Amino acid sequence: MLKKLVLDGIDWVDARIPMTETWNKHLAQYPTPVNFNFWYFFGSLAMLVLVNQILTGIWLTMHYNPSAEGAFASIEYIMRDVPYGWLLRYMHSTGASAFFVVIYLHMFRGLIYGSYQKPRELIWIFGMLIFLVLMAEAFMGYLLPWGQMSFWGAQVIISLFGAIPIIGDDLTLWIRGDYVISGATLNRFFALHVVALPLALVALVFLHIVALHEVGSNNPDGVEIKQKKGTASEEAKGKFTFHKQYSGKKDIIDAVPFHPYFTVKDIMGVSGFLICFAAVIFFIPEGGGYFLEPPNFEAANGLKTPDHIAPVWYYTPYYAILRAIPDKLIGVVFFGGSIAILFLLPWLDRCKVKSIRYRSWKHKLNITQFIICFIVLGVLGALPATPLLTTVAQVASVGYFGFFIALWVYSKNEKTKPLPTRLTH
Amino acid sequence: MKKLMIALVALLFTFPMFASAAGGNVHLEKANYDLSDKASLQNGAKLFMNYCFACHSTGHQRYQRVATDLGIPDELMRENLIFTDSKIGDLMHNSMDKKESAKWFGAAPPDLTLEARLRGADWIYTYLHSFYVDESRPFGVNNTVFPDVGMPHVLEELQGISTPTYEVVVDADGIEHKTVVALTSDETGEMSSDEYDQAVLDLVNFLVYAGEPNKLERQSLGIWVLAFLFVLFIVSYLLKKEYWRDIH
Repeated sequence: MLKKLVLDGIDWVDARIPMTETWNKHLAQYPTPVNFNFWYFFGSLAMLVLVNQILTGIWLTMHYNPSAEGAFASIEYIMRDVPYGWLLRYMHSTGASAFFVVIYLHMFRGLIYGSYQKPRELIWIFGMLIFLVLMAEAFMGYLLPWGQMSFWGAQVIISLFGAIPIIGDDLTLWIRGDYVISGATLNRFFALHVVALPLALVALVFLHIVALHEVGSNNPDGVEIKQKKGTASEEAKGKFTFHKQYSGKKDIIDAVPFHPYFTVKDIMGVSGFLICFAAVIFFIPEGGGYFLEPPNFEAANGLKTPDHIAPVWYYTPYYAILRAIPDKLIGVVFFGGSIAILFLLPWLDRCKVKSIRYRSWKHKLNITQFIICFIVLGVLGALPATPLLTTVAQVASVGYFGFFIALWVYSKNEKTKPLPTRLTH
Repeated sequence: MKKLMIALVALLFTFPMFASAAGGNVHLEKANYDLSDKASLQNGAKLFMNYCFACHSTGHQRYQRVATDLGIPDELMRENLIFTDSKIGDLMHNSMDKKESAKWFGAAPPDLTLEARLRGADWIYTYLHSFYVDESRPFGVNNTVFPDVGMPHVLEELQGISTPTYEVVVDADGIEHKTVVALTSDETGEMSSDEYDQAVLDLVNFLVYAGEPNKLERQSLGIWVLAFLFVLFIVSYLLKKEYWRDIH
């Protein structure tokens, strides 16, 4: 009786919008490579953190006061007088850092398994746009508590635009809405942080996934799970039914439907992630001074410059590149270039083999030095600059950009290992 | 691949070492405060309201919340710890005029609600031990932790006052650098050295509490949340294993 009612209800909806069709196409009959490993948890975790940021953000907005006079006190009001306000606030502040942890690991996955290569260039581009918007989103959100580091961090970053010839000064004025960082800046950053950029993020995530499902997921072997129709054995095709969108034109091998196989696997990943996330929220919400910086417990004061202005940890690699270059304008160019060059990755890598497993020692070495340089730059960007550390930052900057140049050179005629015909697992 | 991961993890662990190398250069004494010690918190509140509050507000917290958290009955709170005409539900602002006080001290005395989160408990503990006689300063005192501090040594009647032992170093350019290497108390205070240490510790305890009144609640809730998540992880692992049994 009840079952019939539910089934009739589903039919009623399906006759009006493609609910079951969409469910099957993107979840229950979406072919997913069977050999996904640890690195493949971070896509779904990024979505989880995005939802966390949106939900906690909505509730924080209900109590936050976006004005230069009231912002700092309203954060403390949330921390003390709003029931579980401290939990909402720590979930949001820890979520910001968690977002970057997850996104950096997600990007690392794409890097080592060549998930940016043809035909997945657009997935990579959308992903990079997400990363770019996320950086803007985090930067603007960081001003909102109106602490000393909020104020001076924004001061340093906005003043970078002043290095641009001719329009620089007018541009910084336009961004701030005032001659100094003020309530006008705070209000526009609030508007962008809670409305404009989250909308852009959600739209880009949608496009990222649409593009992914159009071409299908890559995997740790970097060999496709779609073969020419009629060439695969029954054993390779397995027992599963995939949506005709995918199986109509191609034979699909070594794949399982996303639901339930990867939904249950991702629930496990989510549980593991939440253990780490909750451990930070409940026991070290300041993250050792990296997630919430101590100077930010003092209200913004335009007359008192902090001893040491350090950006939040997720910006420090690019900030270190900026500081490594003595000339401000050239520094800003390389600062922007360090992000921009990542967009070009699908065209800089000219190798046809995707996964690091089957690529040359040159590639393995290059990726290793790139990651080391990235981490070294990240550490240096958080420290005060000294002549020795600046030299180290210059070397690491060369390593960072050198990765892309070297990749372009050796990938043309790279000596790769033979690819397997089936996924290995 | 595995070797690469090990190298990366090892590199990450060196991060805090770099970070601490960049820290301050003043040696800070460790403040072993205990947020669950209500008597200490109450004494800290008493000291704070009597010695600090005339100049320093704790304007983000409310009298009522402090009374409830520290186990002080409302009536006692009103009679003994509210010195302004504030109601018990009010935020803890003093009656000092900020513009006037900026003229007196050079800068308005800062609000101290978040001082323990801004500078750390150890910093406050050491700071309150580090006043010494320096006739060149407006109030006749200076501080080794906060050079050229703008406030007098308000706890002098408890601690007495210290005289410094200087060390003079002449650098390569022939310029003299005078640094304080030791402080000797004149022991004219009402308290012995141990009593003063305890009083300052109570004060620090109160300021750590003021910085984050939910800290104990946060940690005790956190244990339950983590316990739940561990169970969830085990269940989700078994569920995944069950579903994937026919795949591998």
